[in-house]
Amino acid sequence: MKKLINAPDRVVDEALAGMAAAHPDLIRVEEPNIIVRKDAPKRGKVGIISGGGSGHEPMHGGFVGMGMLDAACPGAVFTSPVPDQMQAATRAVNGGAGVLHIVKNYTGDIMNFDLAAQLTEAEGIPVKSVVIADDVAVKDSLYTAGRRGVGGTVLAEKIVGGAAEAGANLDKVTALCQKVQDNVRSMGMALTSCTVPAAGKPTFELADDEMEIGIGIHGEPGRTRMKLAPADDIVEMLMVPILEDLPFKSGDKVLAFVNGMGGTPLIELYVVYNAVNKILKGRGITIARNLVGNYITSLDMAGCSISLLRLDDEMTRFWDAPVHTPGLRWGV
Amino acid sequence: MDQTGRLSFDDVRGWIRRFAAQIVANKVYLTELDSAIGDADHGINMDRGFQAALPKLEALTGEDPGAACKLVGSTLISTVGGAGGPLYGSLFLQFGIALSGHDTTSLNEWLTGLDLGIAAIQRLGKAEAGDKTMLDTLMPARDALKQALADGKSPREALLGAASAAEAGMIGTIPIVARRGRASYLGERSAGHQDPGATSSCMLVKAAADEWAA
Repeated sequence: MKKLINAPDRVVDEALAGMAAAHPDLIRVEEPNIIVRKDAPKRGKVGIISGGGSGHEPMHGGFVGMGMLDAACPGAVFTSPVPDQMQAATRAVNGGAGVLHIVKNYTGDIMNFDLAAQLTEAEGIPVKSVVIADDVAVKDSLYTAGRRGVGGTVLAEKIVGGAAEAGANLDKVTALCQKVQDNVRSMGMALTSCTVPAAGKPTFELADDEMEIGIGIHGEPGRTRMKLAPADDIVEMLMVPILEDLPFKSGDKVLAFVNGMGGTPLIELYVVYNAVNKILKGRGITIARNLVGNYITSLDMAGCSISLLRLDDEMTRFWDAPVHTPGLRWGV
Repeated sequence: MDQTGRLSFDDVRGWIRRFAAQIVANKVYLTELDSAIGDADHGINMDRGFQAALPKLEALTGEDPGAACKLVGSTLISTVGGAGGPLYGSLFLQFGIALSGHDTTSLNEWLTGLDLGIAAIQRLGKAEAGDKTMLDTLMPARDALKQALADGKSPREALLGAASAAEAGMIGTIPIVARRGRASYLGERSAGHQDPGATSSCMLVKAAADEWAA
């Protein structure tokens, strides 16, 4: 393992301290390891919190700030946070209008957020939860834990954060978050494994000439392992399941999100975006908005994911709304 | 544990200590099992939980065996994260409920705790027997213990039987296709791997047998 760290068990704490030192104008870091918007709680504004294992930076901590999240709860690397963190975050951002929890669909995240929601509701803070489950690589059936929450989470956090900033109430932001979930589909692939610092070696083995299609953001295996192919073919393999699942149709306006897994250079992500653009053009689907870059990563994994969100006017308006966070900034 | 199956505060603390020692010693092994079908953190997370729980357990004084379990349960919920934190935390909280408030505590109350714990795990994880989870170890262990005690076997015999059933259940997870938790994403590819949660749960039952029936 070759990493810029001091000790595996200090990675999360030291990274949080670094974030706090780098962005004192936007965030503050509080015990027990929560990242809170500097001016929270905002009186009368719905608080938006999310959280999950660390190792996906900038998600979620990098999305705390004006127009997006009010707080983030980072767990250990690839491990969901504990209920104490979500309880503390919910209290810290409650401005009297209630708090929305945006939860990615993983067994541990669901359980820990559930426990926290029960405890904070008992304290008298209204809490709603929306589960993001957008990964089409996983069969959504009674026989699995359901689809994983991946790239759609970033889009939901931005759009919902914009609405909360504009003064939407708890029911409105909850419905909007559910609308994003209902209209977003994603799928990813890996060229290499990632290495969890505490584990010290790659999570899985992938030969030099192999790739994993349908990978999860924690290195969970996907649909198939196969020989490496040209980028255009790989994009086709990701796009077809995404397009057919919703399904996306000619005339739809979409937000196309090409995300890097952490170890892939931006030049390759633009090669991917070029292929996405051609496929959508060919199907008569308009890319109304886009996002290209490393936003929901998997440590040092090389690879990418693609998310498509079918937009309407409301989602487009709040996507365009000003945002100022360590990881995403426009309009200010 | 005496001949009648009576469990003291020190017996219960000894069981938890032994389980914790097994987790700590097998941190890498459990994590390796988890990298095959999960997300490579089970041993690391459980180790972190017990590193936090053990000093508190050693500092605990009193006579109530349930208090030791409750302390460990709440510490695991606050420090482990993942699915393991709520699941093992709830299991120990249920042992705490079952072992508290009696003049004398026995293996029967421990069995009640196991029963309540299994119900809590099912509620949280929405899993059944045969889904390739920790339940595939705990349920056969519970059934074997219940049957043996009902048949009038000695507490020692009953516990040893429970430990064997746990081990058989753990090995039985190898061919199963997972239906819950992260391993379920793998579908057919999850077959051929022993479940990490079933493995750590087997350590919990065996620790009781090793501590009380050896």
